[in-house]
Amino acid sequence: MTATETQPSRAAKSVNLKVLGPILALVVLVIVGAALNGNFLSAANITNVLSRSAFIGIIAVGMTFVITAGGLDLSVGSMAAFIAGLMILVMNAMLPAMGPGWPLVFVGMLTAMVAGTLAGFVNGFLITTMRIEAFIVTLGTMGIYRSLVTWLADGGTLSLDFGMRSVIRPIYFDGILGISWPIIVFALVAIIGELVMRRAAFGRHAAAVGSNDQVARYSSVNVNRVRMLTYVFLGILVGVATIMYVPRLGSASPSTGVLWELEAIAAVIIGGTMLKGGFGRVWGTVIGVLILSLIDNILNLTDGVSPYLNGAIQGVIIILAVILQRDKKAES
Amino acid sequence: MSETRALTLSDVCRSFGPVQVLHDINLTLRPGEVHALIGENGAGKSTAMKIMSGYLEPTKGQVKLDEAPVRFASSQQAEAQGVVLIHQEFNLADQLSVEQNIFLGHEKRRGLFLDKGWMQAETRRLLDRLNCKVSPTARVRDISNADKQMVEIAKALSRRAQVLIMDEPTAVLTEREAEVLFEQVERLKAEGVAILFTSHKLDEVKRISDRITVLRDGHVVAQGMTTEFNEDQMAEAMVGRDVSSLYPVRSVAVSDEPALEVKGLNVPGYARDISFTLRKGEILGISGLIGSGRTEAMEGLTGLRTAQGDVRINGKSVTLRSPQQAQAAGLCYLTEDRKGRGLLLQKGMRENLTLQALPEFTNWLIDHKAEDAALTRAIADFDIRCPTRDVLVGNLSGGNQQKLLIAKIMLTEPDIVIIDEPTRGIDIGTKQQIYEFIHALSAAGKSIIVVSSEMQEVIGLADRVLVMRLGTIAGEVSGDDMTEDKIVRLAMGLGANRQEAI
Repeated sequence: MTATETQPSRAAKSVNLKVLGPILALVVLVIVGAALNGNFLSAANITNVLSRSAFIGIIAVGMTFVITAGGLDLSVGSMAAFIAGLMILVMNAMLPAMGPGWPLVFVGMLTAMVAGTLAGFVNGFLITTMRIEAFIVTLGTMGIYRSLVTWLADGGTLSLDFGMRSVIRPIYFDGILGISWPIIVFALVAIIGELVMRRAAFGRHAAAVGSNDQVARYSSVNVNRVRMLTYVFLGILVGVATIMYVPRLGSASPSTGVLWELEAIAAVIIGGTMLKGGFGRVWGTVIGVLILSLIDNILNLTDGVSPYLNGAIQGVIIILAVILQRDKKAES
Repeated sequence: MSETRALTLSDVCRSFGPVQVLHDINLTLRPGEVHALIGENGAGKSTAMKIMSGYLEPTKGQVKLDEAPVRFASSQQAEAQGVVLIHQEFNLADQLSVEQNIFLGHEKRRGLFLDKGWMQAETRRLLDRLNCKVSPTARVRDISNADKQMVEIAKALSRRAQVLIMDEPTAVLTEREAEVLFEQVERLKAEGVAILFTSHKLDEVKRISDRITVLRDGHVVAQGMTTEFNEDQMAEAMVGRDVSSLYPVRSVAVSDEPALEVKGLNVPGYARDISFTLRKGEILGISGLIGSGRTEAMEGLTGLRTAQGDVRINGKSVTLRSPQQAQAAGLCYLTEDRKGRGLLLQKGMRENLTLQALPEFTNWLIDHKAEDAALTRAIADFDIRCPTRDVLVGNLSGGNQQKLLIAKIMLTEPDIVIIDEPTRGIDIGTKQQIYEFIHALSAAGKSIIVVSSEMQEVIGLADRVLVMRLGTIAGEVSGDDMTEDKIVRLAMGLGANRQEAI
């Protein structure tokens, strides 16, 4: 009897800490950043930080669903590089026929979306229907996409035709009311993701599948369909992120998107989503992404600490986040 | 193996929380004697065996080894004294070889390295002693169940077991494999090992045991030499008690219209040729021993397992390949595995309650207000007692979890409900409540199948009882024929009437 009475109150306390933890960390980072450098809070710097975090952020929202449903996707970074390469190749190939202009941009966008959907479907198919471990499948596809983009670029760089670059540039650099498109798209994806996770049947089902797939199956949830959809959505979001990314540099190379998968997974975990699945928080992921890019930004703006220590600091933060997460598990 | 030991339980009691499951148990395992412990599911056999082998301590009373009281703090300590329990589900590492399993945790070293030669020779010697032909280097997952049983015994012997306790050793064996086991039991007996085993197969008990102890509700109700019992007397001792007041009286007549007709249902590997009809408003019991294919047949019926067969609901032929299809057809299965398959223990009551009927609460977005209202109603209707509304389901008591599970299934408004083990591990007060819910559902026109290992439960609840044995329906009893005696006899393959057995 005592067990049932004491447990909920203790759980509630730690949940509060878990909710506040990432927000507090973000607030502390903002204060530290502002104190160290006057330019930190300038509109230009904030736009820069948010735009750069948009790629990882859009992918991390999709990753939140995959991890919540008990899965994992290591292939997203290579997938982004491959889709970027493909998008550039298709646009360059169609250029003589269509000429530079928005119709061709839409062809490029369509390419990215279709390729992302297919890539997500392949991962999902191998994991659900063929029942191979998500880690193995996506480790495999990670290597495949990375190798394909290297092969397509012949070890060098795939560059978008120069005329096209000026047409496509505004997708990254322009926006509405001074807010750039990547930030707007990231915000939209995050809001929709948060709504789906908290209020739609799909989010509830994903959490149920990640929590205990047997219970989900016995509750008439189509477990394979839910898992498959999380990978397809992630693939689509990788496509969206690539559409935002290509205009920035107008090129893709074998080093495009390297370690994006780890940054996305790290953001998800820092945000309070459980790595073993069953519980996910999209807004937490957004905060996780912001924390990671703020650390990078602050180190670049200040002289005290070398920016080369970025990875080390991020690593410490990820491990701290997981320690916090473990506390909750041990109790329940 | 010149040393022999006798193990005695003297006035042993055991309670789990407020529930006492063993009352003053006295029994002695003598060297060179095979002792059979029999009783219905839940009679306390497992607890008794765990106390003998150091997995549990008695709340009161003593365990004695050769007249001297001992206290096993763990199963390792018991093993060190020569008392070994072989679990029903084998405790072997599938990927390791026979030899590696036998010496797991007791590896013989020579210097820094393992002495493989010695261990293999020793394994060979142990297996030879058991007349078992399996190779010491074979991987355990590649060998038969009977051989696994032999490996378990060899492992016990390598620890110098003088008291061997086996939990339903023949449950997973074919008849021929069981024969091999019995030969080895005879051999060990001749060597002076004290042996205890449990079994639901009374013919087997009669054949290989020397002495029998019968448990019922945690009491020893009969004890004596095997020659003093015949199989009917054993069955009689196992069952029979008055619990008539637990069950509500049938208030509404059952209609003659069929709600569910099943013909020739096959669930590969588990059940075959299952045919029955469930009438509207009826409560149909399905009884049988654990492992008789009851659960698997019902899971096959509701699309949770691959199955073939002809199923009609309200006279219309339906195909049920997935639980979604079954649910759409108005058929729901409530699992026996509350914690593993029924509820998300890490989630709150609301998420659990509406999981199965989520489309009813969703119109683009989930209607949280409607969910809350449903939870309020479920808490009132099913008398779910919880410290707070947002308590994690894992922190609810078993009884309240079961009530929540029933509420969850009923939210999908099924016409036909299959409830597997409605009251497993639940105290008597909550049991009674659940029986009342089941009756209320049937009075409301729902057709219900109750699958249960507890004979009294099916008899008390059901209008008719199907008895399963070895994957088929062994018989049906109804009306005055619904007695524990008849059901036990059908479940054990004895034929429903005494005369038939003779």
